[in-house]
Amino acid sequence: MRDMKAFFLHLAVLAALLAALPLLSAYHVTNVAKIMVLAVYAMGYNIAFGYTGLLSLGHALFFAAGLYAAGMGISQFGLGSAGALVAGPVAGGLIAAAVGLLALRTAGVAFMIVTLMFAQAGYLTVLYFVRYTRGDEGIVLDRAARMLGGVDLSGDTPRYLLAFALFAVALLVNLALVRSPFGRVMIAMRENEARSRMLGYNPYTVKLTALVVSGVYAGAAGAAYAVLFGYVGASLASVQYSILPLLYVLLGGAGTVLGPLLGALLMFYLIDYASSATSAYQFIVGAVLVVLVLFAPKGILGTLRERGLRWLP
Amino acid sequence: MSLGSIFLLALLEGLVSASVLALTASGLSLVFGIMRVVNVAHGEFFMLGAVIAWFVSHWVGGPPAVAFVLALGVAPLVVGGIAALADTLVLKRLNYEPEATIVATIGLLYILQQGALSLFGPNALPVPAPFDLRLQLIGFGYSGYKLAVIAAAVVILLSLWLILTHTRIGLVMRATQIDRNTARAFGINVDRVYAMVFAMGAGLAAIAAVLIVPIQQAHYLMGADPLLLSFSVVIIGGLGSLRGTVVAALLIGMVDQVIPIFLPVVLPDYGAYFTPTLAKILATLVVALVLVFRPQGLFGKRHA
Repeated sequence: MRDMKAFFLHLAVLAALLAALPLLSAYHVTNVAKIMVLAVYAMGYNIAFGYTGLLSLGHALFFAAGLYAAGMGISQFGLGSAGALVAGPVAGGLIAAAVGLLALRTAGVAFMIVTLMFAQAGYLTVLYFVRYTRGDEGIVLDRAARMLGGVDLSGDTPRYLLAFALFAVALLVNLALVRSPFGRVMIAMRENEARSRMLGYNPYTVKLTALVVSGVYAGAAGAAYAVLFGYVGASLASVQYSILPLLYVLLGGAGTVLGPLLGALLMFYLIDYASSATSAYQFIVGAVLVVLVLFAPKGILGTLRERGLRWLP
Repeated sequence: MSLGSIFLLALLEGLVSASVLALTASGLSLVFGIMRVVNVAHGEFFMLGAVIAWFVSHWVGGPPAVAFVLALGVAPLVVGGIAALADTLVLKRLNYEPEATIVATIGLLYILQQGALSLFGPNALPVPAPFDLRLQLIGFGYSGYKLAVIAAAVVILLSLWLILTHTRIGLVMRATQIDRNTARAFGINVDRVYAMVFAMGAGLAAIAAVLIVPIQQAHYLMGADPLLLSFSVVIIGGLGSLRGTVVAALLIGMVDQVIPIFLPVVLPDYGAYFTPTLAKILATLVVALVLVFRPQGLFGKRHA
């Protein structure tokens, strides 16, 4: 019964997103498409941070891996959009595996700093190969390169629908993952690593698997960003893009399936609104981070779950 | 210029950046050593120090030396005050829980950076040096101010070491570092010690910034490089060890300056590939690998 309730809630959210398409103005259609792509990224971050307890400060590396695999695949190697959308998650997963093999030898604060440094090295690598990546200026993918099965992905409606499809798959996979036996082991690692080890689970393999899944999500979001919005630039690999998913997840609720979407949605429109009123939108980001850790460390959905909605996955 | 002169010049430039780095990183190391707090906003305290130096020199008339000495006093006080406030209002309430603290200092980073941008604008702000003296060394003239920076850093680091090892306040800090509950049982006000240590750490970064700003100019984004370099120094030197921090700052400061000066001379053909960016990439990876394989630092001893 509880399972069905949760399942139908998530289906209802998906239905609402689909039903919103004809109601939204063109401006908001673009925004919500972007929010869904960023929510996929944040969902991946949540699998590592919210469920497994791995606070990474370097997820921009995995996002950028997908972004550049797709963008450079199209601009340099003549890949089609479909190929780019496959190359992205593969690249994200591979880089996450490589980083995880090393970084997971550390824990806690050291893990944060190691992931931060790897991501910084990745960002600088993008700048170093400026001849191919065009650095800060970035690669702009033209319309002809962004066709999928004869559909122009730079149009508002197809873009929204593809972002929605990716988001729906990511959400349902996330839901299934955290309700699977492996999902329970991930949570056990977060709650008490020593006890899970005693029960016979290898923390290293569990964390590495979670990080790779997280990397696949981030890579998929990066590739979708490249294909749907046609821009691949170094700023998307910078440390800001490691902080953003952390912010979304903390706001929506770490360790909840819908938290990343809620956090991305609220934060996106908060920044959008704030930057129309003042130029000081960074101030909002900083203040939200501080207020969240001080007064609502469980985020919106985490707090709701504590206060009654116990069945929320 | 002869090879010997180039070598001497590289050595001096390396010493200047190493001194400033040692000051900045010792602040980070002090905070981590005593409070176990990783302060991601440390670079912004550095930036605030520089911006305040500009503010003082801009609004105080008279010879640049007066404004500079004033800035050297005002910047660490103001920045230390902001840090103590952040500690009391935010970090203390988080009970210094490591992950929450890092997230909070990331938030603080954004707030301080935006604050500096909103108040002082996006332009680089120049600060005149307190005195203008050129010393004629073998084959080249060198700024006397830069030599003064090295001397000042040595004096400040020595005083810091004396405070920590030979004064009552240093004793209280070390007691808090070793066991804060026992320290509290002996009547030490741990909350006040923490606020003071956080302020001291920030103040050290601010002093370092005031010293470098006549050479480098103040800018609201200038905090990123000192933050990453300080992290590297503290990691290589062993987390929380002041001696290791100074040794590692010398090493990294030297490498940071000597390679870009020397490499084009020694290997003119490789200049196109071996850019400062590549050097930064390699350095970042080396530091990350040190933290993975030798978390006690290159100079630290392994203990629990």
